Amino acid sequence: MEIPYTVSNRPDTGLWNAKIGIWLFLASEVMLFGGLFSAYIFLRIDSPPGMWPHGLLNVPVGTMNTAILIMSSVTVVLAWASLKMRKYNAYWWYMLATIVCGVIFLTVKLAYEWPQKFDHFGVYIKTEDLGKYEQYLGNEYATEKGLPPRLEITGHLHNRAALKDPSIKEYEIALDPLNADPTNPEMDRPHFWPRPATEKIATVEKEDVQYATMFLPRHSAYFASYFTITGLHGLHVLGGVLVFIYMWLPVSKRLYQRNPEHLANRVEVSGLFWHFVDLVWIFVFPLFYLL
Amino acid sequence: MDSSTSVDTHHEPHAHDAAHEHHELGWWRKYIFSTDHKVIGIQYGLCGLAFLFLGFCLMMLMRWQLAYPGQALPVIGKWLPQLFGPGSMPDGKMTPDFYNSLGAMHGTIMIFAGVVPLAFAAFGNFVVPLQIGAPDMTFPKINAASFWAFAVGGVIMLVSFFVPGGPAKSGWTSYTPLSDIADTGPGHNLIFNGQTLWLIGFIFLITSSLLGAINFITTIIQLRAKGLTWMRLPFFVWAQFVTAFLLVLAFPPLEAAIIMQLMDRVAHTSFFLPAGLVVNGVPAYISGGGSPLLWQHLFWFLGHPEVYVLILPAFGIVAEILANNSRKPLWGYKSLVFSVLVIGFLSFIVWAHHMWLTGMGAGVSAFFQTTTLLISIPSVIILSAFFISLWGGSIRFTVPMLFATAFLPMFGIGGLTGIPLAFNSADLYLHDTYYVIAHFHYIVAPGTIFGLFAGIYFWFPKATGRKMNDFWGKVHFWPTLICMNLIFLPMFLQGMAGMHRRWYDGGQGWTVANDHTIWGLTGFEWNKPISWAAWIMGLAQIPFIINFFWSIKRGEKVNDNPWEATTLEWTAPSPPPHGNFVTTPVAYRGPYEYSLPGRERDFTMQNEPVEPAERTPRKPPADLVPV
Repeated sequence: MEIPYTVSNRPDTGLWNAKIGIWLFLASEVMLFGGLFSAYIFLRIDSPPGMWPHGLLNVPVGTMNTAILIMSSVTVVLAWASLKMRKYNAYWWYMLATIVCGVIFLTVKLAYEWPQKFDHFGVYIKTEDLGKYEQYLGNEYATEKGLPPRLEITGHLHNRAALKDPSIKEYEIALDPLNADPTNPEMDRPHFWPRPATEKIATVEKEDVQYATMFLPRHSAYFASYFTITGLHGLHVLGGVLVFIYMWLPVSKRLYQRNPEHLANRVEVSGLFWHFVDLVWIFVFPLFYLL
Repeated sequence: MDSSTSVDTHHEPHAHDAAHEHHELGWWRKYIFSTDHKVIGIQYGLCGLAFLFLGFCLMMLMRWQLAYPGQALPVIGKWLPQLFGPGSMPDGKMTPDFYNSLGAMHGTIMIFAGVVPLAFAAFGNFVVPLQIGAPDMTFPKINAASFWAFAVGGVIMLVSFFVPGGPAKSGWTSYTPLSDIADTGPGHNLIFNGQTLWLIGFIFLITSSLLGAINFITTIIQLRAKGLTWMRLPFFVWAQFVTAFLLVLAFPPLEAAIIMQLMDRVAHTSFFLPAGLVVNGVPAYISGGGSPLLWQHLFWFLGHPEVYVLILPAFGIVAEILANNSRKPLWGYKSLVFSVLVIGFLSFIVWAHHMWLTGMGAGVSAFFQTTTLLISIPSVIILSAFFISLWGGSIRFTVPMLFATAFLPMFGIGGLTGIPLAFNSADLYLHDTYYVIAHFHYIVAPGTIFGLFAGIYFWFPKATGRKMNDFWGKVHFWPTLICMNLIFLPMFLQGMAGMHRRWYDGGQGWTVANDHTIWGLTGFEWNKPISWAAWIMGLAQIPFIINFFWSIKRGEKVNDNPWEATTLEWTAPSPPPHGNFVTTPVAYRGPYEYSLPGRERDFTMQNEPVEPAERTPRKPPADLVPV
């Protein structure tokens, strides 16, 4: 028994089966990421002044990753077009390029961007103790310039043991540039190029701290949504790469020789999925890196 | 089904790919890891029925605590602590936590592991490809993956009963922040605790529904038989089509919410936890900045379409059976189709009527009140069309017809009692009382589940080639109908008397449940007759269970079309072989051509060609002329 219209079009709908299937799947994916993005909007609108961090992500690296992902969307179309023209060699190379792009994206994300965050530290100061740390926060200056209040001191945690050991009474933090020099107008808004870390060390007493954590998902609603959405997006990239690898391995050559149109259809639907993954990133990048 | 006969019956139409037909599949591939839509449908059906029964058992336990709070459960009370752990029912007396767990798991299992798999996946899988004349689903492997995702999800839900602390206990809605902090802290594993397993199980159940729904829509669009145009589709196919769209679009936002709650519980984020949260008198060490309301919005964005996921397949089943047993075309087929489409659309913009108590503001409330009342219009159109379909028919009161006719007033009661809840002002009083329980159970218990019973009795001959016993079917039907009403009608009274739906002691310790009587009994005392009705209804299911399994092997043998129905599934052999049809079906006419004038038989099947004499316009029968 054969299922009809797996490769050829049904005359009255003008479509083959998997094309409808993938569009429906993408519709469900839109709703999935839609749910997450609307949660982002909901939480961001809800967040009190000063509680939504800015400029904590590496914009140049994010830009590069964006470019890589867009490039891979182009190469996957070229791969599909090569198959349609029955040029298997060209298909093979374009597919390889797509896979490499996907792998680079994932590597940058998992081996560079995420670990860098996990290594970063921040403390939210109790409201009544904000004055004590005015030299690092510069709230008077911020109020004067109409900037949101600064509640958090960030940087590199020198005594990591302080996180676990209750007998250590203070955190020693090598400050980020903003906290090292809070009244410098240069620091009023985030920059495209990340500023280098400083040598200046601040000692923050645990008693004055509302909440202290590394830049993990638990750090704030911002990082919670950042890690959740980029994590889920990363899983999608991984899934796409695995499918592409399958269609690039010699097993695809056999399908190509038997029924080239079938392979082209497979590349088309997985390409559609890949474009969607790309599109999600186009939303992720401005929402988390720029705004 | 026997594949040797399938080869024989299939020889002619499939002569070209006979080579494919000949290799025998082993027992495991044929009945367990099958990709055949009929086998998958039956697998879904059996699992769904088992889960429905389990969910019912959980409720029967709860009914003991409500009727006789604090008393030891006789007979089985001794054994339950050994099964569910010492924290569940020490000395046969139910603990509050275990009561909450039973409530949460009753809802979850009934809806997501019982009704959805049975109503949508089982009937959809078995019946839809047959009704549209397709050889199988468009994606048979994805279909199998869908079933196995469901199986994994179901097993995880079951496993959660046996972890320390017991299964999820924050209600089937898992409202945050309660669910975020439940089952955490000392003595609880980070992953293997009730609530976290509930979330993980849910991800699998959602995946299963998504894969199934995508498959259904594609199948209905692509694999309709030649001549089976959209307006010739049986109403059941339309109902499943809309249901599938609801699942595709409504489930993912809940999946998003579940991922976020999982992050809250495992990675300690604060998606749903507000700043300043105090747990057990201690300020929680969290970042805060989350919103408990966000969960409610995302949950009910699924939750409301889900209601229609539960009821639309039942509508479809009832429509088929009403037309078949009244020997008349379904009245207002086009209005039915458009109503079901409108319901599908509107069901996405009514969700916040579950959240009146949160105080969203007058503007938001006004919007959702309006849409909620709008959605009652297509629902009433459907119910009215069903009632009118009976008018002037020569009704055959077969067992499926009994269930289908009982569905109509039962669903009617459920629907009409929902209207007060649609109004913000009335709901503020009725919210979270037994009134709400009675209202939605009238929709899903004597509503949907009667539809499902009707469908099982109706399509059983197609699946097995044998009919279920008529007498025992009636023995099943009447007590079930009576008990359903004895259970749920008094709950309206309890609810209007102000009884809260989550009281662990059934209202024993609350003045409002004891200080006045309704028809001779106080609100609390009403629990006893309700509970007894529930247990008797449990007994009334025994004839069904025995009848079901007995008839598989020993039921009365029947031909391919025992109900003298018109739709395409009845042209296939019973049980249908792999590939379904002996000859590729072609549809020449609408789905409900019953009692055509000038014909020998009172039914004309969809694959019977139109004769020249039929082409001349004919007068409608006198009773169908509008007055």
